[in-house]
Amino acid sequence: MLRVASSRLRSKLISVCTTLFGISIFVFVVLRVIPGDAITSSFGQDTSNLTPQTIKALKSYYGIDKPLLLQYFNWLKGFLTGNLGFAFHTGTPVTTLTASSFPVTLELALFASIIGVTLGTLMGIYSASQPGGRRDFFGQIFGLFALAVPSFVLSTLIVAVSANKFRYFPNGFEYAKPWQNLSLNLQQMMYPSIVLGIAVAAPVMRTARSSFIETQEKDFVRTAIGKGVDERRVRFVHVLRNSLNPIVTMTGIQFGYLLGGAVIVEQIFSLPGMGRQILDGIMKREYATVQSSVMIVAISFVFINLLTDLIYRKVDPRIRQNED
Amino acid sequence: MKIKRESKAWYYYYFRSLNGIVGFAILALLFIGALVALFHATPFDPVAQDINVMLKPPSIHHIFGTDQFGRDIFSRVLDGVRRSLAVSLLSVAIASIVGSTLGVVGGYFGTFLDTMVTRMSDVFFAFPAILMALAIVSSLGHSWLDTAIAIGIVYTPIFVRVSRGPVLSLKETDYVKSGRVLGFSTPRIMAKHLLPNVMPIVLVQIALSLSWAILTESGLSFLGLGTQAPDASLGLMVSEAQSLAAFAWWTLAGPSLALIFAVVSLNLVGDGLRDSLDPTRRSI
Repeated sequence: MLRVASSRLRSKLISVCTTLFGISIFVFVVLRVIPGDAITSSFGQDTSNLTPQTIKALKSYYGIDKPLLLQYFNWLKGFLTGNLGFAFHTGTPVTTLTASSFPVTLELALFASIIGVTLGTLMGIYSASQPGGRRDFFGQIFGLFALAVPSFVLSTLIVAVSANKFRYFPNGFEYAKPWQNLSLNLQQMMYPSIVLGIAVAAPVMRTARSSFIETQEKDFVRTAIGKGVDERRVRFVHVLRNSLNPIVTMTGIQFGYLLGGAVIVEQIFSLPGMGRQILDGIMKREYATVQSSVMIVAISFVFINLLTDLIYRKVDPRIRQNED
Repeated sequence: MKIKRESKAWYYYYFRSLNGIVGFAILALLFIGALVALFHATPFDPVAQDINVMLKPPSIHHIFGTDQFGRDIFSRVLDGVRRSLAVSLLSVAIASIVGSTLGVVGGYFGTFLDTMVTRMSDVFFAFPAILMALAIVSSLGHSWLDTAIAIGIVYTPIFVRVSRGPVLSLKETDYVKSGRVLGFSTPRIMAKHLLPNVMPIVLVQIALSLSWAILTESGLSFLGLGTQAPDASLGLMVSEAQSLAAFAWWTLAGPSLALIFAVVSLNLVGDGLRDSLDPTRRSI
């Protein structure tokens, strides 16, 4: 059994590596297609006043005077040895930037997933308890609106009501790290986690609902009810346990997306996370920042997927059984 | 004796579901609004400023109110809907045509090409779509066409995946095999035997992708990377409403409701299509 697992893991790791390699090439190409470079972005209109010598010197300073292929391999070599490049605008290595922004995004993603999964699963149970009935109707309406209200609309609404009406807006202060000021940090995380949590709840709810409905019709559930097991116990123990698989998968996917896809929410609530770092990098044509940050997001995304796969096996012994 | 045919066309089932009817109705209204804007028939010019009516709440004259420049929000919303629909329709057209062609061809031939196609889509799936769209938009430019192309590229892999899966099992079915034995050409098998079976799934995916495309487009313009001011775009209007909404709620309400209704209707249409196109899910 162990051998089966390890060979599966190996083939999975190989495909993961090719995917990551593909991403690095893709991001590199897309970035180089962007008109303008670090020089035009820092000098703007004044670029035309620079002498050819200055431009040449600047190009070599930013490392963009070498052939593209060489630039790519230089970056790759750096990345693999832990040197993520240099962000010229802030004058700090990208490694330092990432070390401060990745935990922010991770914390946000964690809170948002907890809110989203709890809310989504509960709504799913609620909906599935009466398929086609009134509860299902309300549950589905909730799911639909959680899916349809864009996160930036909800965020804007929160900003407007909380900041301007009630004069309470913790995100107006400079971002506080949890070990500096835990109370302020949690307050700053609150609104964005709620917004993203609702966004996560929608797909989780839909998945949970259909999974519950499917499980409810199984014989063992009927047996349990027939034996006189408490209905709540049937729902939260027997049915929930057996419908966890799709929920775990969906949570994994959503968590992965939160690691890089929270650009807009991070921007609105001024959280210095990965999304903002990438957005900043794109705006300022900081190749190294964008390239390395996107790679880190992609690696964590792939890693989360692998982890989901492992949890999946842990949760559902039937999958382990089938593979052996 | 002639046996009466019992099966009915899929749209018969579509219009029997509440989801389908409601979704279709809202979508039709939005399309009418977009057409009105397309023919410049909005009550006011979407970009015309009027300092006499700045930030006025909804009234008979301006049914969605006016913004900080005295522009009519209703007209701007219609124009924004037109732009959103145009971008999402074009982008999903690109994504669905390119994606499902690649998926069907790759799945059917299943050689090197297939490996390439699946590997490429794995790359696209390994990081969030909005990041990809951001990167592509910043490299292409900010016009609506650029946005549409960027979103189209981002959603192509979904169509590859959705159409490739069924082809893998379809090509092993007896009727496709017998088609090959009968000497049908490959294009004929693809067009007449594979495509009709893949079409329902692709159609549902088109409806869902349209709703995501609208969200992505408005998200990009919210960040300032899509439509540029003073042109109206739903995302941009929400972004401008950020500082106004506290005392002028209607600046946020108009564009937000339009967005929400668009996404809701497309999801309902998607659900309705899924239920009516798949015979096993048909109720009644």
